[in-house]
Amino acid sequence: MSIADTFAKARAENRAVLVGCMPAGFPTVDQSIEQMIAMHEAGCDVIEVELPYSDPVMDGPVIQKASDIALAAGVRTRDTLKIIEAVASAGATVVLMTYWNPIEKYGVDAFARDLAAAGATGMITPDLIPDEAGEWIAASDRHRIDRTFLVAPSSTDERIAMTVANCRGFVYATALMGVTGARKTVSSQAPELVARVRAVDPAMPVGVGLGVGTGAQAAEVAAFADGVIVGSALIRSVLEAPDRATGLRRLRDLSSELAEGVRDR
Amino acid sequence: MSVERLPDLSGHFGRYGGRFVPEALIKALDELEAAYRSAKSDPEFQATFQDLLLNYAGTPSLLYRANRLSAALGAEILLKREDLNHTGAHKVRNVLGQALLAKRMGKPRVIAETGAGQHGVASATAAALLDLECVVYMGETDTERQALNVARMRMLGATVVPVTNGSRTLKDALNEALRDWVSTVETTHYLLGTAAGPHPFPEIVRDFVGGIGVEARQQCLDQLGRLPDAVAACVGGGSNAIGIFHAFVPDEGVRLFGFEAGGDGVATGRHAASITGGSVGVLHGNRTYLLQDEDGQTIESHSISAGLDYPGVGPEHAWLHDTGRAVYEPVTDDEAMAAFQLLCRTEGIIPAIESSHALAGAAKIAPRLREELGRTPTIVVNLSGRGDKDVHTAGAYFGILDKVEPVVPGENT
Repeated sequence: MSIADTFAKARAENRAVLVGCMPAGFPTVDQSIEQMIAMHEAGCDVIEVELPYSDPVMDGPVIQKASDIALAAGVRTRDTLKIIEAVASAGATVVLMTYWNPIEKYGVDAFARDLAAAGATGMITPDLIPDEAGEWIAASDRHRIDRTFLVAPSSTDERIAMTVANCRGFVYATALMGVTGARKTVSSQAPELVARVRAVDPAMPVGVGLGVGTGAQAAEVAAFADGVIVGSALIRSVLEAPDRATGLRRLRDLSSELAEGVRDR
Repeated sequence: MSVERLPDLSGHFGRYGGRFVPEALIKALDELEAAYRSAKSDPEFQATFQDLLLNYAGTPSLLYRANRLSAALGAEILLKREDLNHTGAHKVRNVLGQALLAKRMGKPRVIAETGAGQHGVASATAAALLDLECVVYMGETDTERQALNVARMRMLGATVVPVTNGSRTLKDALNEALRDWVSTVETTHYLLGTAAGPHPFPEIVRDFVGGIGVEARQQCLDQLGRLPDAVAACVGGGSNAIGIFHAFVPDEGVRLFGFEAGGDGVATGRHAASITGGSVGVLHGNRTYLLQDEDGQTIESHSISAGLDYPGVGPEHAWLHDTGRAVYEPVTDDEAMAAFQLLCRTEGIIPAIESSHALAGAAKIAPRLREELGRTPTIVVNLSGRGDKDVHTAGAYFGILDKVEPVVPGENT
């Protein structure tokens, strides 16, 4: 399903979209596919595959650790594309989250082509702002990949307008000034930021990420946003599990809990 | 050559530089740029900065004609003695400028990344002087290697945070400082230690350290009545090099040479030579040359010099390289250490191992320039720092450390 259809369907059901994030190749290529399919089956509407990167400045300790494990196990960019292909074939809507350098190194147009061929519908770029994204905008248009840029509580109204104008699919609102990672409470800055995006473009779906880790928090965010993005809490359920089966079970349980949350707005 | 005003309005040096950071930081970068523009044209800010440089940091630094070294290298060597500055390196110029800027922006806290600890010590120094809170991120591997500098920073009142993720070195300290900054940007200035990172840092750092070249150029005119044939500097991130190059860029007759850390040799893959041994990509907020694998993952750098042990380089150097205005070459650990020893023995000056790369480079280009010019060439070498911090590394390299049993307090010794 396309990103637009996924959000439209959720809107029709009066609920928010649940986006679940998992690094590609963590802890191995096969296990990451298994985990992503489990998340999909347990209620994640969108699987956000994160391409592991050596210098993830937007990520907190959990995603850093998972990325390090994946890289140490030898995961390559082409493995990430294979993983996307496997998860998309299982019926999931897949977007890629990636820092910019691996894409530039692969070749921007070639990557957009191969990403589309693998079945991903969109790409989130945490360290690429539209101001620097000329080549990406052209390539993603050519190969029909939805573009998600970030907005932050510190973004000026002018920048929010410019950023939203360059997004297609959904815009990623970082709920707080900080890096990824579950927090005890949902950021008080998030509702205002979502409102500021809506003021610019009421039709553009807004996904809120950073700091959400429980069903109750998902419900809280679902009350004011179109999408709830969860990463670290899901990853931690695998990271801290004593064995593979327990990790998968905890991952399914948390995904279900979050899926209920986005329906309880 | 016609000198374009760089960076351009969007913060690029040709295709290099720019801003590759999370959106959350853009407002802070815009504010920093605006604060810098207004400070640059504010006579009071400039007077305060110049006063600190003159009366606190001890600049202008000397331009010293090194006669015995000159005889050994077959060139007239002039040393720009940045090693004599307060805190022992050119870095004091940058930290004083940026700390004043933090004050001007009303930010009570500064954060910094450091590798060997030199930028951390300089930042802690400026923070103490200007009454700012200071937090320094340092890779855990480096806090162990550089325990004395950790103690120095703490003496000066700074908090040192050992970084335990990634390779636990400078690049990871930089990542962690960026993560802190995303969370604390309202109250915190990121006191970046080199002429790299997202715009406007490469420009700000260049301008604050640019006095090195302005002074050296005037000192050449005063002492020689002419400009030198070449200027040589070491390049890690590249702040000392851009600091001495910048004033000479319009002088077509002055050749500019940047010497990167060649480690065990560029061919071995164990080096920190981003321009001569790397490729173009994006790291730490800017497009530049860096060490990366075929997937664009950063490769760890290797150098005997902790200050040059960084897998990227400032974007203006990338541009100067592509345009051919400056020439970049690698210098191996062994070549640098030979130059280190030569300066100790000929001039009674213990240089930083970083600066020893510039000395070794000068030794390499001296015969080439002599042939090209048909006379003895004049080379200004930026002696960017002193070697006290490197005594342990150099002592171990040369095998001249006596084995001393550790003294256990309370025992008879």
